[in-house]
Amino acid sequence: MTKELSKKVIDIKPSGIRKFFDLVSETKDVISLGVGEPDFDTPWHIRDEGIFSLEKGKTFYTSNKGLTALREAISDYIKKSINVSYNSDDEIMVTVGGSEAIDLALRAVINEGDEVIIPQPSYVSYEPCAILADAKPVIVNLKEENDFKLTKEQLKNAITKKTKVLILPYPNNPTGAVMERKDLEEIKDIIIENDLYVISDEIYSELSYKSKHTSIVELGGMKERTVLINGFSKSYAMTGWRLGYALADKKLIEQMNKIHQYAIMCAPTNSQYAAIEALKNGYGDIEIMRNSYNQRRRFLMSAFKEMKLECFEPFGAFYVFPSIKEFNMTSEEFAQKFLEEEKVAAIPGSAFGEAGEYHLRISYAYSLDNLKIAMERLKNFIERLRS
Amino acid sequence: MREEILTIIEKNSKISIKDLAAMLGSDEITIAEEIHNMENDGTICAYHTLIDWEKTSIEKVTALIEVRVTPQRGQGFDKMAERIYNYPEVKAVYLISGGYDLLVILEEKSLREISNFVSDKLSTLESILSTATHFILKKYKDHGTILTVKKDDEREIITP
Repeated sequence: MTKELSKKVIDIKPSGIRKFFDLVSETKDVISLGVGEPDFDTPWHIRDEGIFSLEKGKTFYTSNKGLTALREAISDYIKKSINVSYNSDDEIMVTVGGSEAIDLALRAVINEGDEVIIPQPSYVSYEPCAILADAKPVIVNLKEENDFKLTKEQLKNAITKKTKVLILPYPNNPTGAVMERKDLEEIKDIIIENDLYVISDEIYSELSYKSKHTSIVELGGMKERTVLINGFSKSYAMTGWRLGYALADKKLIEQMNKIHQYAIMCAPTNSQYAAIEALKNGYGDIEIMRNSYNQRRRFLMSAFKEMKLECFEPFGAFYVFPSIKEFNMTSEEFAQKFLEEEKVAAIPGSAFGEAGEYHLRISYAYSLDNLKIAMERLKNFIERLRS
Repeated sequence: MREEILTIIEKNSKISIKDLAAMLGSDEITIAEEIHNMENDGTICAYHTLIDWEKTSIEKVTALIEVRVTPQRGQGFDKMAERIYNYPEVKAVYLISGGYDLLVILEEKSLREISNFVSDKLSTLESILSTATHFILKKYKDHGTILTVKKDDEREIITP
């Protein structure tokens, strides 16, 4: 073929994680701290419901927005957890993971040239999805001294006449940072004054260790301008089922659903049946997993303290984000050397944006035994670097 | 705190005090004291090891025996249970609701030894009405641990 492929797509940089992945794949017997998904299996009663739906021959398309029973269960769950009501008929749609919902929300809101504010370090898909939707991404570099929260000043400085959307990624991957109610209150007025839409990616909402998660839609005047995104991957250990959802004003859901209907049709049917079971009877599972993550989080923080590695204390998701500034290497150099010398894979912070430079993302979705060996090796490694 | 300690050590009694303290955001002295107190007051009864004897050359036969007994005046089932659980080869004795009264778990080296125990010792006890012996053929899961398959981490090594 001689005709060139899409310029827009060609110009998108491949994910920084990909590069590191290739390197890790070439190394043998690696202990990984690089995974962004739970180490738990999907609880059996949820899997069983998925299997049962197949046995009963529930193998057809569902309605585009998802099974009515699932949308009702989502509505109940949201009401119970953050006390905000969403109409299951026209304010909720089920998507193929939270990632589809991010893409849909951006595409439904953006006109060419609109600006999207993306705080970084954050999940790798926001920026490319914004570019694919013809938006201009405006990156806000979050600061460790603010515990990687988005501050009022930072937001104010990033806003121009063209700003349309703010992406709010909390609890945050990769930093583990959370925005508590008081932090959200701080930025609320600026969002309303500037009439911004908010895409709030709350996929880690159940993994919040200091206090119960607060959603920005709980604050007055925010629900109608926010697309709230959540899903089943992290809270119920269901990454491979590919199931998420978006909650928003019905005008927004209507447009998002149009894209979904032509591009996707509907989320996988058996996953939807399993998800109903997750919402109805999965509360205990979440609690067990949350406790276990929290214990490992504390374990890592205490290990860092012992080896005098600087790290702000994160209270969400399942990541810690220690600083490696003292070693005078980029995070990529550090991660590479750590992999070569100690055979431990931790993701360089720069993969999540410039603001992640001089940090490492360490996931604690691993068994304690695994984490212990990895921390032992990290300690040896940095002691060598310091000497 | 007690509940959290127990939940962790029920699965892994070998965990160090240091790790426990780190995981629970406490200090080693507090944790050690708490464990010591629970050992003293009988909350923590013993530390066992779960062994898959199939992987060894040692022969073990396990039987579940349903026992129906006449309760004794003033003592209910306790006296009978005591007479049974004092045999070292008896691994567990439970009082059960429903069709029979006591469930006895017995571990021996052979079928013959189990049948000897049932016919010579158990059934000859006065106030035993009947016994029904079931042999365990295969242990799939014991104490919450699946014995038959070892799971590897099948996740991709790195994901965003």
